[in-house]
Amino acid sequence: MVTGNKSKTGQRVAIGVLSVFSLIWVLPIAFTILQSFRPFSDVVTKGVMSWPNHLTFDNYIHAFVQSRMWLFFFNSVEVAIPAVVLTLFLASMIAFVLSRYESRFSVPMLMLFTAGNLLPPQLLFIPLFRIYLKIHVPHFINSNGVLYDTQLGLILVHVAIQLGFATFVLTNFLRTIPKEISESALVDGANVWNHFFRIILPLLRPALASLGVLMTTWIYNDFFWAIVLLKTGNKRPITAALSNLQGEFNTDYNLLAAGACMAFIPTLLVFFAMRRHFVAGLTLGSTKG
Amino acid sequence: MTSVIDQPQAASAPAKKKKKKGSHNFSGSDRVTLGAFVGLPTILHVLFVWVPAVCTILLSFTFWDGIGGLKNIKWVGFTNYRQVFTLDENLPVAIRNNILWLLVFALVASPLGILLAYYIDKNLKGTQLYQTSFYLPLVISLAVTGIIWDNVFRTDGVLNSILGNTNADTAVSWLGDPHKNIWVVLFIASWRHIGYIMLLYLAGMKSVDPSLREASAIDGASEWYTFRKVIIPSLRPVNVIIVVVTIIESLRAFDLVFILNRGTNGLQTLGVLVYDNIQGEGTRIGWGATYATLLFIICLGPIMVYLYQNFSKGND
Repeated sequence: MVTGNKSKTGQRVAIGVLSVFSLIWVLPIAFTILQSFRPFSDVVTKGVMSWPNHLTFDNYIHAFVQSRMWLFFFNSVEVAIPAVVLTLFLASMIAFVLSRYESRFSVPMLMLFTAGNLLPPQLLFIPLFRIYLKIHVPHFINSNGVLYDTQLGLILVHVAIQLGFATFVLTNFLRTIPKEISESALVDGANVWNHFFRIILPLLRPALASLGVLMTTWIYNDFFWAIVLLKTGNKRPITAALSNLQGEFNTDYNLLAAGACMAFIPTLLVFFAMRRHFVAGLTLGSTKG
Repeated sequence: MTSVIDQPQAASAPAKKKKKKGSHNFSGSDRVTLGAFVGLPTILHVLFVWVPAVCTILLSFTFWDGIGGLKNIKWVGFTNYRQVFTLDENLPVAIRNNILWLLVFALVASPLGILLAYYIDKNLKGTQLYQTSFYLPLVISLAVTGIIWDNVFRTDGVLNSILGNTNADTAVSWLGDPHKNIWVVLFIASWRHIGYIMLLYLAGMKSVDPSLREASAIDGASEWYTFRKVIIPSLRPVNVIIVVVTIIESLRAFDLVFILNRGTNGLQTLGVLVYDNIQGEGTRIGWGATYATLLFIICLGPIMVYLYQNFSKGND
């Protein structure tokens, strides 16, 4: 009976701690959403903690139309989707070879990719910035004729870096799948190409889904590479474009809140729709097999 | 010596096709496919990650104004390293901040994440709801996170309003005061980090053999005692990951301070100093490269640990 009481108190403590922490997690987000529906003038005169008199969509309309947040949102999508598709495809190819045709190079190769993924981005950007100014691209990609300040350049960096993580995760994933599945195909005389496209790629589907959700969020949320490799305001993704809403002297914080909500609501929706994949993606790399 | 002899044979293999006793017999087209499958990703990764990384380290030993071509680069040995430590008043602040970041993450945020994982794992009523709320910051970009918390901490924000500091004289400048702002930023960064650690730990705890807990319970140990003395030690791989993640995340600190005040006035970090010397007002490529190399040297430890953890025991 003593233990029963003890575990009751234990439960109360647990619920208490969890509730307090959850509030600290949810309230600031909820508050920002509330702010996005309040007119700035209302908040200026009555203070941030005042009870809202009326709620309005004006901030969203302003952010959407005048500040063209829709454009920046599509800029983000334009970078994130191709980058994720390309990363997953390339990483699947190399993971397939490293796990199915093992040689003495497999482990060093995998270490190269894994370590590359852990390098701080600041270590890469000085030469990349310089190289991007020197690489020439056709004018339909960039009117300046160089890779710097193009979405293609941004995509390439994301793919190159994320390849490290994706290769590591997918190779480990394939190693947990018995090779017998492949062997029956090889007996049937399938060549490497068919082995990959007919057998391995379908097997990878669950891992690709999790990685895809996770990487889309990461690349969509990227801030560093966007401000380092893009110069033209119109090309910026939504995370970097939010600073357009910050005035030089006075900032309309309610407009800014609306912009912030427009930036994070898509990722929240993806998260709620595919939470299982998101969580699985984050843990794929940490708990192998 | 044998390997030297083997080499040319292997190279001539495709011409003679099959019949070799090696484990794989590839046709010519299979070789092309395999070459492309390995080559394309490797070239991209090496060209855009490793080549720039090595270039940065080399650049840290040079003077270059970045205006003239590559031939204007002058080799100067360790001059940049001597200069940044003696001349740049931003460096001590940045180092202090990165160390504080690491300490707060390691001593407060990561343990809190583990503690929350312990509570979530009890599967109490509403546990899904709690869990989801802790994950939310992981989905939100750090730039947006900065804006969300700016509502709370700016001078006319929520916190001052709650504390009653509503007029301009009494309002506390949480983000403007260089003695306070780093703690505010660390609070915000922890808000995100705690959820990440919780998620990793929770996943690890699911893999613990239930009989371990049962055995401990039969011995009369409390849940908390079991968690500390049985579960945590049994999760060694996850613990290593958490140490690595904690160190690397605290060294990468950039987005949050940059969105709050461009990483100035008490919020400098090594990551910001790299940026400032390349795209900020004064371009000093040598200094920027030096800061980046310092970051790399500190990262080297956790990277080695991570590689050792994953590749040491063969490929189990």
